[in-house]
Amino acid sequence: MEMGYYPGCTLKTNAKVFEDSLLKAFEKIGIKLKELNKWYCCGTVYSLATDNLMYRLAAIRNLIRAKEDGHEKLVAPCSICYNTLKQANLMAKSDEEAMSKINAFMDEEPDYDGSVSVIHPLEVIEAKLQEIKAAVKKPLGKKYAAYYGCLLLRPKEIAIDEHENPSIMERLIEALGGSVVNFPLKNECCGSYNVASNKEAVIDANYRIITNARRNGADAIVTSCPLCHFNLKEMQKEVKKVHPEFAGLPVYYFSELMVEAFGIEMEG
Amino acid sequence: MARKSKKGEKQEMEMVRIYIMGKEYKVPAGLTIMKAMEYAGYRYIRGAGCRAGFCGACATVYRKEGDYKLHADLACQTTVEDGMWLVQLPFTPANKAIYDMDKIEADDKTLVNFYPEIARCVSCNTCTKACPQELDVMDYIQASLRGDIAKAAELSFDCIQCGLCAMRCPAEIAHYHVAQLARRLYGKYIAPKARHLEERVKEIEEGKFDEEMKKMMKMSVTQLRKLYNARDIEPEED
Amino acid sequence: MNWLLSKVEELSGENLYACYQCGKCSAGCPMVEEMDLLPNQVILLVKLGDESVVEAKSPWVCAQCYQCGVRCPREVDIAKIMEAIRLIKLRKNIDHIKLENVEKNLPQIAIVSATRKYTG
Repeated sequence: MEMGYYPGCTLKTNAKVFEDSLLKAFEKIGIKLKELNKWYCCGTVYSLATDNLMYRLAAIRNLIRAKEDGHEKLVAPCSICYNTLKQANLMAKSDEEAMSKINAFMDEEPDYDGSVSVIHPLEVIEAKLQEIKAAVKKPLGKKYAAYYGCLLLRPKEIAIDEHENPSIMERLIEALGGSVVNFPLKNECCGSYNVASNKEAVIDANYRIITNARRNGADAIVTSCPLCHFNLKEMQKEVKKVHPEFAGLPVYYFSELMVEAFGIEMEG
Repeated sequence: MARKSKKGEKQEMEMVRIYIMGKEYKVPAGLTIMKAMEYAGYRYIRGAGCRAGFCGACATVYRKEGDYKLHADLACQTTVEDGMWLVQLPFTPANKAIYDMDKIEADDKTLVNFYPEIARCVSCNTCTKACPQELDVMDYIQASLRGDIAKAAELSFDCIQCGLCAMRCPAEIAHYHVAQLARRLYGKYIAPKARHLEERVKEIEEGKFDEEMKKMMKMSVTQLRKLYNARDIEPEED
Repeated sequence: MNWLLSKVEELSGENLYACYQCGKCSAGCPMVEEMDLLPNQVILLVKLGDESVVEAKSPWVCAQCYQCGVRCPREVDIAKIMEAIRLIKLRKNIDHIKLENVEKNLPQIAIVSATRKYTG
């Protein structure tokens, strides 16, 4: 099976390991993710103002590219890209006035009708848990805290699972032979873009979230968002400066666990 | 308006109306914007260079009657049309980052570190529409943002730095400066090195061509021209 | 109606009078410790036309995580209200950060989001 694939800027840079592991893991379960021939930065955080259509152009343009490449489904692994593309697509389906303005502004593009469906790889995985179990060669032995953050779950309209108590990632981890821990802060924000202006907010969030996962017995944290990954992993050294007793945890993308359990060797 | 042809007959010259900075002029049809402005009495001190579409000095914006679009072109390459409203934009204010090519590295953050405003690109595509060189400007900015220096260098190769993209950008990006850094990084750190070039530079430094250079210095222009026209040309490789 | 309330309602599309100050938004907000005004206080001050809210820290600390909005019993999307307050400044060309001062080598995802939320 082939699906359209939207990488987003950070899967080509900081989160290259996410892209590499995801493509390999999906190949193993019979899904080829085909990168769009052309794509643009989705704009990350979705614009919330009623009249800010400018910030939604990029998302719509990406959906037009997906349609042009013949994809009915577009897989967006980065949580922020997923959220933004999905919200823009909902707008395309429901807000005729906004879309007539956007279509008129982008006069060099064909009109977009909302017909591409934006999905997250974890949604694809949900239907493939049996194949995943069968593909496991080296069952994961550790205990994991599944961290969803915000943008896979909220707003409700775009949630990939039950928004207050999701479990897709836990079911994946168990299918891979790992065990999961109770993790109350699994859907609490990591501080997001505060890292660029107000680092203290991210340091505090990191401390709270990782300490909560440790207290519940986790050996590692699993995520699907390159910004959560950065804030939870790279900021640990900053947390240590404020809280010397802080022990930290390794942070992985869910796809890294998949290739590990499938016994796939990664280069580099 | 009429002028006399060689045979002495009166010949009507087709004239068009253009508006330069809001003032109406009648100029002969078929002139470029640059020549039409000179015909109308303007004298170029800045904003004109090669007059052949290569230097990027004569950026011009104009609208046509009954057309809401703002067009952007080079004055030396665009023919006047009746009802054209135009002004020259000979210079675009833009900060160029200061860097030492020997000290910076080419990685996936270099471009966005020097020009963080590229993260403000909303993919409106206005830059691409404004480019007189018909480059995919938005695409090279997007490539720059995701750290694809090679792609940014390739897509911007024909940029003449006229600045029209930067003047039109709602995100206030100075595209052409980003592209120039991308090409410099590509040339210095990414493009495959041509070994024969190194060898030739070494030969020059060792004086292999000194004798011939001395001979050429004494030649007349006619002799040089003859020599040049008779030179060996290597066949192009695919 | 005061200008601030009408501007915020226009930009956010939210009905601030639906809020009955239960404080559930503030109880669930993961960034609330960093804020100078609780999210429910932000709503109240806008309704009162208190312009100090435009200069407050809270709207800039809001990470647009949507937790407040999904939990609000009155279905007020508070993240949209925070965005509206940010835009009152950003649309007058008053940026919250100087982009050139942002730490280098942050992932693209962080820089792009910062430009969207902190620069106009």
